[in-house]
Amino acid sequence: MIIHHPILGPRDAQEFVYLGDASLIDRPDGMTAGVEAFHDYAYNRDNPAGEHRELWYHEQGDRSWLVVTRNTVTHEISRVELARDVARSRGRSK
Amino acid sequence: MRYSGFRVIAEALTGHKGWKPVWRDPDPQPEYDYIIIGGGGHGLATAYYLAKEFGQARIAVLEKGYLGGGNVGRNTTIIRSNYLLDGNEPFYEFSLKLWEGLEQDFNYNAMVSQRGIINLIHTDAQRDAATRRGNAMILNGADAELLSREQVRALYPWLNFDNARFPIKGAILQRRGGTVRHDAVAWGYARGADMRGVDLIQNCEVTGMRIENGRILGVETSRGYIGAKKVGVAVAGSSSKVMAHAGMRLPIESHVLQAFVSEGLKPLIDGVMTFGAGHFYVSQSDKGGLVFGGDIDGYNSYAQRGNLPVIEDVAEGGMALMPAIGRVRLLRTWGGIMDMSMDGSPIIDRTGIEGLYFNGGWCYGGFKATPASGWCFAHLLAKDESHITARAYRFDRFLKGLMIDEKGQGATPNLH
Repeated sequence: MIIHHPILGPRDAQEFVYLGDASLIDRPDGMTAGVEAFHDYAYNRDNPAGEHRELWYHEQGDRSWLVVTRNTVTHEISRVELARDVARSRGRSK
Repeated sequence: MRYSGFRVIAEALTGHKGWKPVWRDPDPQPEYDYIIIGGGGHGLATAYYLAKEFGQARIAVLEKGYLGGGNVGRNTTIIRSNYLLDGNEPFYEFSLKLWEGLEQDFNYNAMVSQRGIINLIHTDAQRDAATRRGNAMILNGADAELLSREQVRALYPWLNFDNARFPIKGAILQRRGGTVRHDAVAWGYARGADMRGVDLIQNCEVTGMRIENGRILGVETSRGYIGAKKVGVAVAGSSSKVMAHAGMRLPIESHVLQAFVSEGLKPLIDGVMTFGAGHFYVSQSDKGGLVFGGDIDGYNSYAQRGNLPVIEDVAEGGMALMPAIGRVRLLRTWGGIMDMSMDGSPIIDRTGIEGLYFNGGWCYGGFKATPASGWCFAHLLAKDESHITARAYRFDRFLKGLMIDEKGQGATPNLH
């Protein structure tokens, strides 16, 4: 698979480490969210067959975190964003 | 029809005209007591044991494609019970004991071959870990032997013992482990279930679940609505897709695992072997091909095929361990979809919906578990309580901190 890095251009997926569903960006507040909410965040996944937004870390590159939109049935990648931009657009400070 | 040596001779003398289809091809009834979703190894074993051991009737197995067309036909056929943790080892040892009596039990030749499995040791720390695991196995009634470097050399003199980075220092051996003809497992269970009146319904995809007041009433399928008192889901690989019909999110990601077979060779490896320094394991099929595999590709996938980097990685592992295979050509590669769970261990449990039961999360260890998985799931379905060896395989173990994490990787499904 080739991941089109927003800054570095096309890079081999082998340079990256995979983390999982991009919803991991939306971590609940550990002080206010209940145990159930945190359990749901940490352990449960949508795991869709089809389009999936997921976190990839460019470990052997610029060490940026990316949000890659990829089809889990065809492995086709349709969109790549910097995770920082995605997090900020969801109201996170960084 | 009961199979026997006499039967084979009698048929040989009469032109093989007496063989009959091994199972019926029934249309679905409007309602059953039990519906098992998934006609793979685990689903068929569940139906078989429900009928045979738990005396239940009016059972149907619904299969989207054809029987045994999923992971039971795609694995590398290894059986073993070499686990460390209390939640796992009794279950897998129960499974291995069922394998040992399986062919007589369901009167079908599944080619169960207890040819032994060795896990190679390359460091002192690995020897300590292997010793501890072997002791845990023995405490649970399994067998384990620690082999010295010279004992391994006597078995496989052509391994790369003096690899500069990963010298072979010894191995842990389970003699009762081995291989089984994987398709025959599905066929044997299917035939045994059919003979006991189970309806095996193929080309029947579940497209929805009818749930009212927290209770399941039946399932919508591509062949119409089918009612059921109890529904068991055993569709590992596609668990999230099927359980989404019940509105459930699971502690599971689907990942692709590749497997490989080489061209046929003369006898080289008489057992099963795992490399301890990279992820590579190998056995030799009765046709002579080396059957081997390694890591999952590592990203969510429902495609039953992987990518080239893992093929390269597995080949490197193979070459590091056995330089002698350098000129051997790869014949085929294929992929299967794994339910990778959050602690690397399976789930056999009730759900929050009355009458709906779940069996999945087998990661890449589902084949060896087939008999015990079927038995324990049938136990749960029939008696509404977990079998004693499967009590740890609960949904709520993540909430309660009772994870069964053999590798200690935490909630990272692609690392188990």
